Amino acid sequence: MGCEMESDQPEDLDVVLTSMWPEDMNEAGRQFNVERPGGDQDMLEEVTINKEPNIVDFQRLMELTNYSDKGNWQLAKLVKNWEFKQANVVRLLKEELDQLSKQQQEVELKKLEILEEHRFEKDGYGGDKRPISILDENLRYLYQDAPKRRKDDVVSQGEIVAIDAEYDSVVYWKQRAMHLEKLLEASLQREQVLVEKLQESIESLERQSTPVEELSQVLKRADNFLHFVLQNAPVVIGHQDKDMRYRFIFNHFPTLGEQDIIGKTDVEIFTGAGVKESQDFKKEVLERGLPAKREITFETELFGSKTFLIYVEPVFSKAGETIGVNYMGMEVTDQVRKREKMAKLREEIAVQKAKETELNKTIHITEETMRAKQMLATMSHEIRSPLSGVVSMTEILATTNLDKEQRQLLKVMLSSGDLVLQLINDILDLSKVESGVMKLEAAKFRPREVVKHVLQTAAASLQKLLTLEGHVAEDVPIEVIGDVLRIRQILTNLISNAIKFTHEGKVGINLYVVPEPSDVNEHGSEKKSRDQSTLSANTNGNGHADNSPSCEESELNDTSCDQNGDQMDQDKESRMKAEERIVWIRCDVYDTGIGIPEHAMSTLFKKYMQVGADTARKYGGTGLGLAICKQLVELMGGYLTVSSVEQHGSTFTFVLPYKVSSASDSDDTEELSDTYQLGDDGYDDDLNSGVFLFPPRTLGTLFSSQINGRIPKLLPNSYGNNCNDLLEDSPLPCSNKEGTSEEGSDSSGGAMETASSVPDIDNIRPVAQQEQETASECSSTNRTGVEKSETKQHKILLVEDNKINIMVAKSMTKQLGYAIDVVSNGAEAVKALQRSSYHLILMDVCMPVMDGLQATRLIRSFEETGSWDEAVKAGVEMETTSHQSCSTSQVEETRKRVPIVAMTANTVSESADECYANGMDSFVSKPITLQSLKQCLQRYLV
Amino acid sequence: MEIVGQLQKQFVDFSTSLYGEGFLDEQYLQLQKLQDESNPDFVCEVVSLFFDDSEKLLNNLATALQQQVVDFKQVDAHVHQFKGSSSSIGAQRVKNMCVAFRNFCEEKNLDGCLRCLQQLNHEYFLVKNKLETLFRLERQIVEAGGTVPVIVA
Repeated sequence: MGCEMESDQPEDLDVVLTSMWPEDMNEAGRQFNVERPGGDQDMLEEVTINKEPNIVDFQRLMELTNYSDKGNWQLAKLVKNWEFKQANVVRLLKEELDQLSKQQQEVELKKLEILEEHRFEKDGYGGDKRPISILDENLRYLYQDAPKRRKDDVVSQGEIVAIDAEYDSVVYWKQRAMHLEKLLEASLQREQVLVEKLQESIESLERQSTPVEELSQVLKRADNFLHFVLQNAPVVIGHQDKDMRYRFIFNHFPTLGEQDIIGKTDVEIFTGAGVKESQDFKKEVLERGLPAKREITFETELFGSKTFLIYVEPVFSKAGETIGVNYMGMEVTDQVRKREKMAKLREEIAVQKAKETELNKTIHITEETMRAKQMLATMSHEIRSPLSGVVSMTEILATTNLDKEQRQLLKVMLSSGDLVLQLINDILDLSKVESGVMKLEAAKFRPREVVKHVLQTAAASLQKLLTLEGHVAEDVPIEVIGDVLRIRQILTNLISNAIKFTHEGKVGINLYVVPEPSDVNEHGSEKKSRDQSTLSANTNGNGHADNSPSCEESELNDTSCDQNGDQMDQDKESRMKAEERIVWIRCDVYDTGIGIPEHAMSTLFKKYMQVGADTARKYGGTGLGLAICKQLVELMGGYLTVSSVEQHGSTFTFVLPYKVSSASDSDDTEELSDTYQLGDDGYDDDLNSGVFLFPPRTLGTLFSSQINGRIPKLLPNSYGNNCNDLLEDSPLPCSNKEGTSEEGSDSSGGAMETASSVPDIDNIRPVAQQEQETASECSSTNRTGVEKSETKQHKILLVEDNKINIMVAKSMTKQLGYAIDVVSNGAEAVKALQRSSYHLILMDVCMPVMDGLQATRLIRSFEETGSWDEAVKAGVEMETTSHQSCSTSQVEETRKRVPIVAMTANTVSESADECYANGMDSFVSKPITLQSLKQCLQRYLV
Repeated sequence: MEIVGQLQKQFVDFSTSLYGEGFLDEQYLQLQKLQDESNPDFVCEVVSLFFDDSEKLLNNLATALQQQVVDFKQVDAHVHQFKGSSSSIGAQRVKNMCVAFRNFCEEKNLDGCLRCLQQLNHEYFLVKNKLETLFRLERQIVEAGGTVPVIVA
């Protein structure tokens, strides 16, 4: 407790109450550290206290003090304190009075003594006259004006009267009397003083302040201090009654007058955000009866956006009911702002960190992807290089002296080789297109040839009873400039797609010139183009006059459609014309397949998307094909659309612009036709004919264009069943196993359909290979047929292990007009027979791995049972186990007992009897001669 | 022209002697029949192939017969091959030697086989020499501008 002694106060002062603030006033009082002001310095003196912000409803205060416990208690304390003080004063006064009366008594006593002395003439001693202090030293009062001990008031006591005269002399007595008189005088004087003092004291008592005054003073002082402390604090203190009406408010920066606040509620005073909340909060405190703190942001017209930390405590009546709330609010807007800023910063940092992490992840992934892509590229390259070798060798081979069949085969080989190269490039292409680095080639090519090649290739690997057809309108130029590889890729892709999803009917390509589309971009991939299709068709039907003259198509069309006639003239004309013109060619790839459901249209051209999981399982494929097609078409400045009717078929249409270089048309044409004249006769027709037909079962006929639209009747199952059947029957690569098992039940009869799943575009290569093998077999026959004009498409299998014998035998059969397939042992012979059917087998008897006798037995066993089980038992690795059971027609074919002629060396082990016993039909002696061979062949191949 | 005539005569004489001495038989004539414009070097090609093949077989035979345990079955297979190819080109004496060789194989007569191998070697190089001479003569005739006479046995 700060009751420091004033420096000018006597040290020995033992004052009960020294502080202006009652020491034991109350606990609340202790919260104020009040310095006791010194007599000569009032620290509050210099402070101007602005009382303005203090707006008090005094009546309410009275009520509060009267009715609230707290107020009551506080008041009681004050009163108690005052009472105590008064009691103290009373005590002091009493003491003083006692003293005074005591002195009085003493004085009386003395008087009597003196009188007595005087009476007995004998004056005793001078008497002990004690000085009387009118004020007890305890009599110090609370305030400065409290009575102080006055030293000067104290009469010297114990003074011994010294008389020099002789005792009992007159002088002595005289002196003594005088002395006593003086004493009496002094005593009277003192009495007078005392009376005065008493009077003064009474006056001062009267002057003493009333308790109320005193309390007010105390309160005022506290108030002053409070004001001093609070004068600059951003604090609002208030009291509200239970109706939330303000009864008191302290606000250092008042914006409203007293009359605007007292008796009103928050809501009545302010409007804006937070006001309601604060009122509700206060109400809540009022209801709960528990103090609480809350941060509330106000957005009011009065003081703008400010955040207050509000402390609200309930005020209870004596009965314990809440009668209002005290509230204290501190403005913490800046702090909140800072805090929010910090939070924001922290959040930003967190976000930054998250971003960083994400970025790192992305970088990692990108690196991974790049590595993967790099690997893919490397792999593709690795595959591409040897394949390029194959293709270029084939190309070189094509420049050598070949007969027609060989040339045809080479063409298919080249086609297929190119295709595989494309496929390997596909993935790279796709990423190239996506990254925009794809470059398009611009080379001259012949649309008809492309269509024909595509159909040919498709026909070659066709496993279904489908008609493949191609129609190239007359107005399509002979040669155009474009990226033929890409265009063929698109066509091949679409065709194989069409075949894949078509089980019966036909698949075809229509090629015709259309006017330049007004806006390529208008044609979204999803947009159906039926209208367009009919429109274009009409245009073509009506002739070329309708074609948009803007792109010089009419001339172009004239040129191209008159090619049959005086082409040279046209060429001369066209040479005069611009070097390059643009022609828009529309290509429809249609089928009569299962169609595309409406809902799948939107995802049709997306990568890795197929119509459904079902489709993927049933038809296979990566789902890349259409995406690549679309991207390629768009890259070339065209558009790809699709229209489809479920269960009836689909038509994929792409329209592309091509440059036409008319100047060089004729030269190339001549050159090329020269070249082709070496090839089959059909090429001359091809140049102008735009109709290609590959009817079912004669698919793969390399001369089909010769028939020019004439649909040949299905070939009988008899011997005339030529190599194409073999081709179809030839075992497919493993990819077909799935197809076989999946679709075997779908087939509408006919052996081939059991393996009807057309291999996915990715699998074309092996099929193509297969096709080439078988094609080579059959075409050899074709060749001999052409050369020797004995159109025997006989297939002969030579089973012989001796290279020289093979060479000789081959040469001989060739000279006799037959081509032969050669295998080098019995097991291979069995496999070859499983793969294909033959009209004659020339079988060496003594061979490694499996001799001719055993092979013959196995073949005969198959012919009888229709199953290769025996062969499998004998350890021959059959290519596909499922195949034998499905190729029923082939079974019928091969069950026609194939003649097997043994080639014996006339030794004991190769006796003729043994040959017959093992199922051989005949034998020729080795070394075979032309004569013996000729006889043999003539005998079995009529 | 005189040189051509001489060469032609030499060729005919040499050929006749080859047939006469049994080095070649009619099968060789078969080969010659197979040779035409589309296959102008057919005989030469076949015979070259025969040479390569034979030399390999002779090596194999020598190796096979030097084994501690001789696999006669394998030896027989080689000889069979040799017999087949020699008979195909009409190298009659080689073929005959092969027949004898096979008999020894069946008997598993190592001594006989070794003897046969030696003789086979001899016969083979003999016929090789003869054929090479024959081809040289042919070439010379062609180079000299003449045509190779057709020998009819």
